[in-house]
Amino acid sequence: PNGEGGRCFLAVVVIQPVRYGLLHPERKAVARARKAFETGRSKSLEYRILQLKNLQRLFTERQSAVSDAIKKDLNKSEVGTQLYETLGLEGELSLAIKKLKEWAAPRPVEKNLMTISDTVYVKPEPLGVVLIIGAWNYPWAVTIQPLIGAIAAGNAAVVKPSEVCVHTAKAMEDLLPLYIDKELYPVVTGGVPETQELLRQRFDHIFYTGNSMVGKLIMEAAAKHLTPVTLELGGKSPCYIDKDCDLSIACRRVAWGKYTNCGQTCIAPDYILCEPSIQDRVIEEVTKSIKEFYTDNPKTCPDYGRIINQRHFKRIMNMLEDSTIAEGGDNDESDSFIAPTILRDVKPEAKVMQEEIFGPLLPILPVNGLDEAIKFINKGEKPLALYVFSSDKKVIKRMTDETSSGGLLANDCLVHYSVSSLPFGGVGNSGMGCYHGKFSFDQLSHLRSCLIKQLKMEGVNSMRYPPHTLKKLGWIIWKMYNNKAEKQGCFSELMRS
Amino acid sequence: MSRELLVVQRARKSFQTGKTKPLEYRIHQLKNLLRFLSERRSDIADAVKRDLGKSAHGTELFETLGLEGEINLAIEKLAEWAAPRPVEKSLLTIFDEVYIQPEPLGVMLIIGTWNYPWAITLQPLVGAIAAGNAAVIKPSEVSSHSAKVMEELLPQYLDKDLYPVVTGGVPETQELLKQRFDHIFYTGSSTVGKLVMAAAAPHLTPVTLELGGKSPCYIDKNCDIRVACRRITWGKFVNCGQTCIAPDFILCEPSIQSQVVEEIKKCIKEFYTDNPETFEDYGRIINQRHFKRLMALMEGSTVAVGGNSDESQCYIAPTVLKDVTEESEVMKEEIFGPLLPIITVSGVDEAIQFINEREKPLVIYIFSHDNKLIKKVIAETSSGALLANDCLVHYTVSALPFGGVGNSGMGCYHGRHSFDQLSHLRSCLIKQLKMEGVNSMRYPPHTAKKLGWARFLLKQVNMCRLRRMALLATLASVAILFSFSIGTATAF
Repeated sequence: PNGEGGRCFLAVVVIQPVRYGLLHPERKAVARARKAFETGRSKSLEYRILQLKNLQRLFTERQSAVSDAIKKDLNKSEVGTQLYETLGLEGELSLAIKKLKEWAAPRPVEKNLMTISDTVYVKPEPLGVVLIIGAWNYPWAVTIQPLIGAIAAGNAAVVKPSEVCVHTAKAMEDLLPLYIDKELYPVVTGGVPETQELLRQRFDHIFYTGNSMVGKLIMEAAAKHLTPVTLELGGKSPCYIDKDCDLSIACRRVAWGKYTNCGQTCIAPDYILCEPSIQDRVIEEVTKSIKEFYTDNPKTCPDYGRIINQRHFKRIMNMLEDSTIAEGGDNDESDSFIAPTILRDVKPEAKVMQEEIFGPLLPILPVNGLDEAIKFINKGEKPLALYVFSSDKKVIKRMTDETSSGGLLANDCLVHYSVSSLPFGGVGNSGMGCYHGKFSFDQLSHLRSCLIKQLKMEGVNSMRYPPHTLKKLGWIIWKMYNNKAEKQGCFSELMRS
Repeated sequence: MSRELLVVQRARKSFQTGKTKPLEYRIHQLKNLLRFLSERRSDIADAVKRDLGKSAHGTELFETLGLEGEINLAIEKLAEWAAPRPVEKSLLTIFDEVYIQPEPLGVMLIIGTWNYPWAITLQPLVGAIAAGNAAVIKPSEVSSHSAKVMEELLPQYLDKDLYPVVTGGVPETQELLKQRFDHIFYTGSSTVGKLVMAAAAPHLTPVTLELGGKSPCYIDKNCDIRVACRRITWGKFVNCGQTCIAPDFILCEPSIQSQVVEEIKKCIKEFYTDNPETFEDYGRIINQRHFKRLMALMEGSTVAVGGNSDESQCYIAPTVLKDVTEESEVMKEEIFGPLLPIITVSGVDEAIQFINEREKPLVIYIFSHDNKLIKKVIAETSSGALLANDCLVHYTVSALPFGGVGNSGMGCYHGRHSFDQLSHLRSCLIKQLKMEGVNSMRYPPHTAKKLGWARFLLKQVNMCRLRRMALLATLASVAILFSFSIGTATAF
């Protein structure tokens, strides 16, 4: 009321604070990382090694905080966390620290007659600012392992842990800045909006671990800036069991590979292919191993995990609908618990065969032998891993020759992951690029070709300059075809030309 | 159903028959490609003459000679490149076979470009064939005569289902890009590179993008300027500057600018005579559009040498521009023509700063006798490649990976790098169903004791420092001790 019998209207205008910086910590983090990178401090190997050693200290000093977070996220035991998350990281850190000088040194290349008096080499260089998007299933391993490569290669790196593993993301956000350079390697937490904001920024490389659907979106976002990407995706990793192999050992290894982390492993054997005659035996052996590993009551076993959240719990339970349960099947939604489960006589059309399971359901699809198994595998997308259990080298060779996959492992599961001299990555729908060991370093470096010539021997060059006569051309052709001269004694050749 | 869809389908079907798997088949195709280049030499030269005004010898020197070298290299080395590659073993893999197996990817798309239409379109093809892939070849429509010759003649030498040639312009390329490939190899501009990568994303198709940029050329005032300028002149005006790795612009101190201009002028005369327009070994701009683009770039800059042109012939003389600044038109985009701007800087520090303010180029050139200065430029800049004291020639060193970084591209090729780029390098680990006792430490229940053993074993032990028998003995005793300590029977 305006005191005169009328009324005034007071318009309330809310001015939105400028979003830049204040409400977009992502942009600020990236800008700060780039500024820090441009100071050049990550160039020196000593600096990189210092950061890597600090990271090592994090895992020794904060072991319990790390395990604690994992227990809350995935119900993994402390020893389980060490075995599957931090032990591998410690190995990679030690390897990087030990080998960095060798990896970062100029790499001389084969010379030929034309470059005989030159210096010719490939020089590894940092790319700049890398974005690392982690996943939730082995949150430390898959988020920090690319970081090791990024640091070793001299980059800055924005670390975006998965928001799905809530406790671990928080632990990373709290702990990493206490150990490594917080400007060069900021941790940015958040969900989809924050990730999308990050993806609008310009990076020099994006390293993403997760599913193929999001992988496509990442690559599309990267295309706008011509940012190269490493995509560690997934798929349905088949596991063929030859009827003439030691089924007891084979099934033990398959059971371990499958039910570790409740099947939430990108390289878990997704489903089994075997002949109908051994199906019962396979079920029996896998069941035996389940009991051996997780006791008669996996729910109470500290080494048996949980499904990460309700959404995934429901997703996995839905898959059971049209298949026959041979073993397990019990579940408890309130606890996100699904027992180690085996499904039998599964058909290709079954729900459980339509997407990557990423859970503790192990379908068995009976096939009439290796031929049918290969045919079936080749109908699907190229998987991240392919497992074949056989004592027959010919079977293994055929499987290798007639299929494709990121990696191939015969007679065991998962363990190729820990061989750092093997590149770890997918192909086709299961991903692009690779890492681990030196591959991480190379993937996150620019390998720059360097050719240092001298301003001498100009006479030799005259044959390339115009006018382009037949005679000059002849000299060049002669030189090219005699390029292998270094094996026969180049100096005489050089004198002659 | 579009023609492009059918072609790709046929290529895939053909690939799936497995006929590209045997090395003999691939070598056979490569030998046919070699025959094509020698038998059809004049058709190729003729087409390039019509497209770019290049002489027959020029075509041989700059297009086909390099290709022949690459094909011969691939034929010679294929068995070695395609063989399984053993990797370093550790204590954990001592009994296993551990190697990387190169495999074909499947069906590739090669999008060529017009400046060296044969070299740039067929060199990736050499890698594709060697790696056992099928490949759809899309030559640039801008070099229309070469595209036609490729379309007509290539199928007479190579398997036409596996390596079909698809000609056309933007709509045809877009239609191709809707199909699913296992790798796309594109050479061209950064703008289109982004579109290619965006088109590849929905199929999760990896890409190799050989793009461009402004390749800087720094001339140290204390070097042999005469020799430096000879090499730069050659590098710049080959193909009328239409080379992705041409030195785009010169950076040098003001005190040597006049000398640089003089020396380049001398070389232009020596290479292209007093009248480049009538000289056989001086080329033409590819088309009117680029001619106009280049003429517009000259605006506002001082011509020190050349500058004359003839639109009806798409002729632009070898031209040097002096006292150019960063705001000049000619510094706003990759020139890709016979204009050589000189920008003066106070020294190498300012040159480095200038370079770093811009996108990472495909190559940086530096002319200097001073190794320290060269090292400084290497250490403080980044580029696809770096070449000191010459131009272009790093392209011919097949042991060096050829490619860009940042805006100048991703991926690389030449020699074995082509093979690796277009293969899937598959990790293979072949274990045996034995020694199960050793595995027990990884199985639940996860005890601290087991973890201790796992820690011990997971420590990387370098194979070459320990004799194999000692390793074996260690492993055996560890397994025995371990299984005794946890009270289970060993199952060796």
